[in-house]
Amino acid sequence: MTEFDPELAEIRFGCGLSPVVAPVANRQAMLDGLTAPDTMLDRFPIETFPQFRTRMVEAQALRKQRRKVRGTPEGEALRKQVNLLKKDARESKVRWLGQTMLRRTYTDTGFRERVTFFWADHFTAHGKAGVIKRATSPYIDSAIRPNITGRFADLLIKTVMHPLMLDYLDQARSMGPNSPQAERRGAKAGINENLAREVLELHTLGVGGPYTQTDVRELAELFTGLTFAAKQGFKFRKDFAEPGAETVMGTTYSEKPSLEPILAALEDLAAHPATARHIAQKMAVHFVSDTPDPALIEHIEARFNDTGGDLSALYEALLEHPSSWSETAPNAKLPSDFVGSTLRALAVSPERIQAMDEKIGRMTFVGPMRLMGQKWQEPIGPDGWPEEDSNWITAQSLSARIRWAMAAPETLMPDLPDPRSFAQTALGARASDVIKFAAASAESKPEAIGLVLSSPAFQRR
Amino acid sequence: MSSPDLTRRRFMTRAGLLGCSVAASPLMTPISFAAAPWDTRLVVIILRGGMDGLDAVQPYGDPAWGNLRRKLAGGPENGSLDLDGFYALHPALAPLKPMWDSGQLGFVHAVSTPYRDKRSHFDGQDVLEAGTTDLSAGARDGWLNRMLQDMPGVTGETAYAIGRGEMYLMKGKAPVAEWTPGSDLTLSPQAQKLMELVMEEDPAMHAAFAEAEALTGESAVQQMMQGVRSKQKQVKGKVKGHVRIAKFAAKKLRQEARVAAFSLNGWDTHQHQLRAFEPALGRLSDVLLTLKQDLTGPIWNKTAVIAMTEFGRTARENGTAGTDHGTGGLMVFAGGAIKGGKVLGTWPGLDTSDLYEGRDLMPTRDVRAHAAWMMRGLTGLDRAKLEAAIFPGLDMGRDPGLLL
Repeated sequence: MTEFDPELAEIRFGCGLSPVVAPVANRQAMLDGLTAPDTMLDRFPIETFPQFRTRMVEAQALRKQRRKVRGTPEGEALRKQVNLLKKDARESKVRWLGQTMLRRTYTDTGFRERVTFFWADHFTAHGKAGVIKRATSPYIDSAIRPNITGRFADLLIKTVMHPLMLDYLDQARSMGPNSPQAERRGAKAGINENLAREVLELHTLGVGGPYTQTDVRELAELFTGLTFAAKQGFKFRKDFAEPGAETVMGTTYSEKPSLEPILAALEDLAAHPATARHIAQKMAVHFVSDTPDPALIEHIEARFNDTGGDLSALYEALLEHPSSWSETAPNAKLPSDFVGSTLRALAVSPERIQAMDEKIGRMTFVGPMRLMGQKWQEPIGPDGWPEEDSNWITAQSLSARIRWAMAAPETLMPDLPDPRSFAQTALGARASDVIKFAAASAESKPEAIGLVLSSPAFQRR
Repeated sequence: MSSPDLTRRRFMTRAGLLGCSVAASPLMTPISFAAAPWDTRLVVIILRGGMDGLDAVQPYGDPAWGNLRRKLAGGPENGSLDLDGFYALHPALAPLKPMWDSGQLGFVHAVSTPYRDKRSHFDGQDVLEAGTTDLSAGARDGWLNRMLQDMPGVTGETAYAIGRGEMYLMKGKAPVAEWTPGSDLTLSPQAQKLMELVMEEDPAMHAAFAEAEALTGESAVQQMMQGVRSKQKQVKGKVKGHVRIAKFAAKKLRQEARVAAFSLNGWDTHQHQLRAFEPALGRLSDVLLTLKQDLTGPIWNKTAVIAMTEFGRTARENGTAGTDHGTGGLMVFAGGAIKGGKVLGTWPGLDTSDLYEGRDLMPTRDVRAHAAWMMRGLTGLDRAKLEAAIFPGLDMGRDPGLLL
């Protein structure tokens, strides 16, 4: 085991250095932090998904009423009410972005925020239309955050069967071609392979995994019946389910339409050696480097197989391996890491962030992050954000980062810190002489702070 | 709501697909590439929102026209410009009439992508930009990028995706530079010098920074300095966003770039189309005129521009004096290299029985065929390649003769 470096622990595995929160003391503290009481969740709350669903129920009821009176003034009033609900959800999403960043600013277990983000990205989901479009933060807080230390299989089940995922990957309306519903609806009904394909390709085995199109099809048939309703959340509808047995990866699952065989299939996929390999690879790439030491991947993979996918054991494997602490080819921060670690280095006051209205929140965070290449919680595909630095260190993205670094701190803090001490606060031992020189030579405080934040040492982790 | 297999939006994922990778950027090296891989220029404009082709180029000579469009009747009686006795040009496109008269502007009517029935902007644009028949295979790159993948000597300067919105048709393995004119680095000279120093510690970031500086050019820094000196100067004569994009495209096309793509939004005219359509057409007109002006003679003569939309709109105007999502639409083509001055396409007619599902202009040809013939003419790309790799499943059919 290498000597523990608290600053690197915060920069690489946490949310960056802070002037008000001391760096984590050792590996064990990092791991213990994951199961300690979730103080950030309480201090900077975000709606749970069941709470969010009440918005969906409300919108659904209004739309139902409206169908009867479409084209009348009453219908118009109802349409406006629906729009108000949508607007409120939109505003909440921006507010929750602020809360997410504040958790990063003040946490003493930054690893928890990062691990949560990692799994939220692995199980990327966002709603497709209407109010549910803004439900990603509630999904993360309900389905992912409480489950990051259990078994991989449980996390898989919690996310794959979550209403948001069922909506995002078109599962909610997928019907077996011979299901009672499909027979009733005729040509209008159909099976959708989207979720099944992504479970195999992205969530478990990986794109190079040993599955075929037949496995995708069979799993899609097995998944029929997984759906949800705004009122009760997740639902299994027998009348959507394809009758008969399905064979996925060589295992045949029960003929009777029910939830058990679906859970069994997910358990089997979670335990597959290809899944262990895929997850180990992804973890090493995300936390360490685009080109991680193969030994590190093997180390995590072995731990996955030995423990049946115990997530805490995976984190332990990651943190204990010497290659995890190598600084030869560090990753570029994602824009959300960059913005979060900036707020943390400045210890921006929660009141300042929480007082932002939607417009200011968009100007301060959403718009700039989008220019940096990260449209908040809306990656292009279900494979989440790309890991490769070449996606993030582009002229356009870097330009956006620099512009934000120069302009945003001033708007976030009435009094900017002394740039010379700020270089030390933000970078610790990684504040090079060149950075210190630049911070001391800039014409103004905002430029000096901007230089520190733009520096490679701050942009990488 | 969502439809089977049509909703996967995953064009780019793997290394280097977003933006130009540092290694591929010629800005890393001080010497420009002496010879460009080919010499013609292609500009693709995506008209997002579903342009009403029937209002842009009005088939006022069709006997069924008057019944379908009342408030939106158009035609020469209402100030539209007659093109050929059958079609008339929307008055907002009047600035383009000289281009039409000189054969540098043309249209193809009643075209569409293979996308049908759901009429969703999102899926329609995905199909348009993926260049596939549907999205069931999970489109992972765009057709314009696939064209670049088949061309020799493509560098990070050959193709530009311009503007803030994502351009899926440019995503893929081939290097593409992405830039928004508003992304300029506006640093004070002192901060710029210090930034250069700081960036030197990291080769990849240093290269990206140098590229950002080069793309920003002197103008932004000068503007900023001027602004510092006299505040009044800064405000005067602000160039509109879409014109800046066209100017930037022209600037790059005068240099090493051979392909540029960007979007024009604002075509979703569900209500009060008389009012709502004009600004969008005005922007299209501005952009084409800017390209012509800034590309100057010889380069303009090697340039072809195509503007495409995800679908057309309903043949009949709706109850709010607008039009709803339809099927068959209009393609616009322009440039010094094109054979314009005509409206191409097989006209399907506007009787109810002629309409697609009784409501939309019936598409009579796949718009991809025109894009394919355009690319074939400009770059000499193999027909088999165009039909198999760039537009999988396309039958290019006969040459519509878009180019001189």
